[in-house]
Amino acid sequence: MPFPLCLPRRLLLAAAAAALVATPVAAQDTMKLGLVAAMSGQSAKSGEAIVRGLSVAIDEINAKGGVLGKKLELIVRDDESNPAKGVVAARELVQREKVAALFGGLDTPVSMAIVPFINQSKIPFMGVWAAGTPITRNGAAENYAFRVSAVDVLVDKALVNYALKKYDMKKPGMILINNPWGESNEKGLKEALEEKKMPYVGIEKFQDADIDVVPQLTRLKQAGADVLFMVANVAPSSQVVKSLDRMGWDVPIVSHWGPAGGRFSELAGPSGSKVHFVQTYSFAGKLSPKGEQVLAALKKKYPEIKTLADVTPAVGIANAYDAMNLMTLAIAKAGSTEGPKVREALYAIDKYDGLIKSYSKPFTPDNHDALTADDYIFTYFKDGQILPLTN
Amino acid sequence: MRPAIPFSRRGALMLLISAIVSGLAVGSMYGLIALGFHVTYVVSNTVNFAQGSSMMLGAVLGYTFAVTLGWPLPLAVAMALALCALFGLVVERALVRPFAERGSNAWLMATVAGGIVLDNIVLFTFGKEPRAFPSLMAQKPIEFLGTGVYPLQLVIPLVGLGITVALHLAFNHTRPGKGLLAVVQNKDAARLMGINVRRAIAFSFALSTALAGLAGLLIAPLFSVHSDMGTLFGIKAFAVAILGGISSASGVMLAGLLYGLIEALITSYAGSTYTQIVAFAIVILALAVMPNGILGRAATKKV
Repeated sequence: MPFPLCLPRRLLLAAAAAALVATPVAAQDTMKLGLVAAMSGQSAKSGEAIVRGLSVAIDEINAKGGVLGKKLELIVRDDESNPAKGVVAARELVQREKVAALFGGLDTPVSMAIVPFINQSKIPFMGVWAAGTPITRNGAAENYAFRVSAVDVLVDKALVNYALKKYDMKKPGMILINNPWGESNEKGLKEALEEKKMPYVGIEKFQDADIDVVPQLTRLKQAGADVLFMVANVAPSSQVVKSLDRMGWDVPIVSHWGPAGGRFSELAGPSGSKVHFVQTYSFAGKLSPKGEQVLAALKKKYPEIKTLADVTPAVGIANAYDAMNLMTLAIAKAGSTEGPKVREALYAIDKYDGLIKSYSKPFTPDNHDALTADDYIFTYFKDGQILPLTN
Repeated sequence: MRPAIPFSRRGALMLLISAIVSGLAVGSMYGLIALGFHVTYVVSNTVNFAQGSSMMLGAVLGYTFAVTLGWPLPLAVAMALALCALFGLVVERALVRPFAERGSNAWLMATVAGGIVLDNIVLFTFGKEPRAFPSLMAQKPIEFLGTGVYPLQLVIPLVGLGITVALHLAFNHTRPGKGLLAVVQNKDAARLMGINVRRAIAFSFALSTALAGLAGLLIAPLFSVHSDMGTLFGIKAFAVAILGGISSASGVMLAGLLYGLIEALITSYAGSTYTQIVAFAIVILALAVMPNGILGRAATKKV
């Protein structure tokens, strides 16, 4: 064995070890918070919005001295919309980076994969986008999953209520994307309609790659549908609108928030503005003082934001902003970053004047969702901007 | 809960006509991409499994030239098709020839991989968001036999049929076309007859990716342009190519139209939940009954 040759390597190892020991010392004056979200791929824009919302909130909190005497630090990991990668990232953030809490991204399957791990490790998890019902209603005895976002079952109720009120719906039809998201909303919509004792005239599925949805829509038209419920992402949603155009069928469309995720105006054409879809927040119109303040902070921190069309998707920004504030309020209240104490403190939050609304008792042991069906607003696209609908 | 649907006679006719129109338009796109499989198969017994990606490349390049750079449409289309053909040459040279000339079947996996690489390169360069490809032929629907269609939906089947006839004539009635077919029968004999075998095969790949690119350009205004738009089309087009009997251009086009029609008719009459299940079940069944496809001839296996 060439012994002398080993020496430099040993030195390197020693230096590396020293560096490793040194990091936690240096890190002690910050409190780390983790985000696992899609930062690349089709949904990358959602991840960007979430980072912006969280960062603006963190800057405000840090300007006031941080939490428990420590500055906050956000650590972001890309899950590539892949559940397995999401779990690996969550593990790494919790076990190596020792984050005090974890925030989740757009994809329901990723959050669903992370939830069992955070419940087991007793780390508070705050969903800020994914709407899948079982993320927070996961049946765990000690549930650490909370959320500031829409919830599919509540969205479906809101869609039905809106269609009844706005369009006096009598014969609803559904046009749903053929994947688990479409399926979970099929269930939710059926239940919501059942509650109103209203029969539906048809349910049609379509694929991401379907160019022509005319056959499905013709079936719904012939069945006499007077309102369509739509659940699909941006591109497939626009295929539905274009097919309706072709058929010359002018029917109200009440939609989940799929169209919000991209360039819906461009893809669907002028008729895209006929689609009314659910959102939790919009920066358009007259803003509350809090809204003005957050918008100004966003424009200052991200100079590429010039018009309202650039603060999309607003839901990601707004949900993340309120979620970060609620989480840090709880940590301050708990006086500790220990998971069980923070969880109790989340229940103990009494009031928080947030961006989306004034929260009062946002979380209880029976309800881990801070937003309710009354907090949704309906919006539409006009020339690339998401504008609120006034009823 | 769900009441029976009252079908008026006029309504039933409308349903049938709209299913036929959309089925034929979508079917001829499958046919065009499938013709690309046919072209390389008859010349070299190999196919390019990156056909779906070639289709996407046509649409993405067309969008980049016509919309992003604002070139006039004919120039943008010509340039996009030329670059698609170039992609075909690269696929043949790098992903097929090295394996096929050694008698290995690894070109199969290599072309699949090539398609995935291209999809991801486009994802990073073109961007993640689907974009709209505007076209004058897909803005205002026109009334056609009582249903609304975009003019483009009527143009696509015509283009498909025109290309099928042209390919058929070229392969069977022209000297260079016959020369191409001679390559697959006996490479050495073809070479002795003065045919440049390598060039013939390379040409067939360029032609096949250009056909897929053309399909992409035609589909784009009806669909949206994004990096994975070709994946499912590539798979369906391969099913169509096999179903048609890959060695016959008219068989392949016919199978494309049939497949599009079947899809649209199932959706219209049985509901979209069953479309994929029934459509692919029919493909399997058809192949069990007609192992060589609709118009294909039995392949002679040399031992």
